[in-house]
Amino acid sequence: MNWTEIDTWIVITGALISMACAVPGVFLLLNKQSMLGDAISHAVLPGLAIAFLVSGSRDPLPMLAGAVAAGLFTGLLTEWIQRRGRVNADAALGVVFCSLFALGLVLIRLAADRVDLDPGCVLYGAIETAVIDVSPVPRIAWLSACMLIANLLLAAAFYKELRISAFDPALSTSMGIPAKRMQHGLTIVTAVTTVIAFESVGSILVIAMLIVPGATALLLSHRLSVVLGLSLLLAAGSAAAGHLAAISVVPAVLAAWAGVPSLGAVSSAGMMAVFAGLAFFAVLGITHAVRQRAAVRAEPQA
Amino acid sequence: MDALWRFLLLQDHNTRVVLAGACLFGAAAGLVGTFLLLRKRSLLGDTLGHATLPGVALAFLLAHAAGLSTRSLPILLGGAALAGVAGVGAVLLIRRISHIKDDAALAIVLSVFFGAGVTILTAVQQLPGGASAGLDHFIYGKTASMTSADATFIFWASLIVFAGCTALFKEFALLCFDESFAKAGGWPVRSLDILLMALVILITVVGIQAVGLLLVVALLVIPSAAARFWSDRLGVMAGVAAAVGLASSAAGVAVSAILPRLPAGALIVLSSAALFAVSFVFGTRRGLIVRSQDEHRAVKRLRREHLLRAIYECAEASGNAAAEKPVPVASVHEKRPWSARELAREIESAAEAGLLTTTPDDAQVRLTTRGFAEARRLVRNHRLWELYLLHHAEVAPGRVDRDADLIEHVLDPRLVAELEDLLDAERRRAFVPGDPEKLSP
Repeated sequence: MNWTEIDTWIVITGALISMACAVPGVFLLLNKQSMLGDAISHAVLPGLAIAFLVSGSRDPLPMLAGAVAAGLFTGLLTEWIQRRGRVNADAALGVVFCSLFALGLVLIRLAADRVDLDPGCVLYGAIETAVIDVSPVPRIAWLSACMLIANLLLAAAFYKELRISAFDPALSTSMGIPAKRMQHGLTIVTAVTTVIAFESVGSILVIAMLIVPGATALLLSHRLSVVLGLSLLLAAGSAAAGHLAAISVVPAVLAAWAGVPSLGAVSSAGMMAVFAGLAFFAVLGITHAVRQRAAVRAEPQA
Repeated sequence: MDALWRFLLLQDHNTRVVLAGACLFGAAAGLVGTFLLLRKRSLLGDTLGHATLPGVALAFLLAHAAGLSTRSLPILLGGAALAGVAGVGAVLLIRRISHIKDDAALAIVLSVFFGAGVTILTAVQQLPGGASAGLDHFIYGKTASMTSADATFIFWASLIVFAGCTALFKEFALLCFDESFAKAGGWPVRSLDILLMALVILITVVGIQAVGLLLVVALLVIPSAAARFWSDRLGVMAGVAAAVGLASSAAGVAVSAILPRLPAGALIVLSSAALFAVSFVFGTRRGLIVRSQDEHRAVKRLRREHLLRAIYECAEASGNAAAEKPVPVASVHEKRPWSARELAREIESAAEAGLLTTTPDDAQVRLTTRGFAEARRLVRNHRLWELYLLHHAEVAPGRVDRDADLIEHVLDPRLVAELEDLLDAERRRAFVPGDPEKLSP
């Protein structure tokens, strides 16, 4: 393993994007909208296809607009179906994103005469290729830093409102904070963040970092400020550890299992998600064990 | 046109295979999806589907090391099934030992397992023959190129699902509607849950291989969500869900036979989405039309009851209320926040129903005997409620009238009888008009 400038940028970019996702992710968790990231990652497909058909080019700006619009549409349509049809939230989300994804596949096939728009590239942007333009700082590193700062500023500006509307929508409405509007704002932020992120680093890192660090932090604390801080740390830590493992230990282990002498680096984004998951399951096990011991110790007194 | 005929007459062997496989799969997924919907785990298929990826990739890797054929379906499917079991196990574990919600547990397992899958897949692609192993079919599906072997797999899997759901229908119903009751009644709730999940894993693993992940997720969610609009009864719902799954598969395959350029899987999903939309609007139990009719009817009844009560109270204001006692419309108007036109319309409709009569100049109304009895019952309910709220629910006196107003319309006779007993104990009968039954005609 030899560490290059590229590796440094992969870690920095991965950490920045992971942290940028973790901020709205904590609120998604509290709002019981954890699957929204996965849903949006599928539902942007028709947005991309329509943006392409309308603009006739693969310019990033119309594509981004189309994808964000599709993400937003997913959130709003899900909420509408849930409310008007009294469908479970998860089922409504499933209906919407499956249908939109299918629509996207059909549209892409129809547009295929005009250009090659590979659905694979939507789901598998790769962080390794995204940072290749080091001069002096890769574009994606700038972009993700801006995203992180914007998300942090938004969370700070609406901290009180977000907290109350997440924990008690009825109370928040009675206090004059429109819980519904806060939720729509959260959907917009999630859509913009995820779309920008998986255009460059692929959907898997985004879906994982939206939820997993926040869930780990929620196992450790019930104070929102602490949870946010912890999830930022966990996101950045998983990104660093994930990339390190992806270029060192994991290829060696997999090569041994596959029975070949050596393998090149594996997907960094995938390993970052795996490390976030390892942290989650470790904390899950430890907190459970601690609680069990506390319960055993408390029993004689009771 | 020619393509349509060829499809309808089932001339192509390939069309026959795809049609049979897709329809069977749609029906089985719709059936088992009904139970998932009721257990609020509709997206389990999504998580499960993504969670199988590391299993498939790892199975490929190990088969390569052992010198076995890396294209062997049983090995890859075995890997997928094991990873699926691990994924579902992780979801159930998170649910059991932490306060993390189901949706978060599903998202965590999905992303972490899928991340592991993508990682191993990038290793697989570096192996000789790995790049063209067709592993990506596990993600994007290939409904149109289903082979007879795939269809046979689907046949056996659906058979097991149908048999399992039929044999354990009562038990699964109990699990879905009242888990704690089932537990208290001594049913092996956890084993039943695991059995249900096993059926989901079976249909998912067979499905992602034969028809692709998208179709598996969609057919586990959409048909059952559509069926919910048609019935509250589990048996009917399960039947409708299976029918919707089957019909959308048939429609999707038909369209793709006519327009072979379009992906069959996506067309099946869009067909089921169309059926969902139809159910959403026209469903006989929860559809938009039926529900807005119900709401309309309820609003109408509410207004009628408010009118009768207002007339009774006006009659009461000038001495004893009685049937056929003339009441000026103007004083009724003061009681209700309605416009003169609205009031006139309500009075007209009540007159048509034979509850009251109006004087020719429309200045006064009289309750008929029937209308009077009804009004008396309503006023009585309202005052009973006021008393109850005041004495038993400790509602502030200023709010009592309003709260009673909201709730009096839903009183059932048994509750009224109960409240009357309460009232006797309170010896506050003077506040409440006598029982309508004792009226002298």
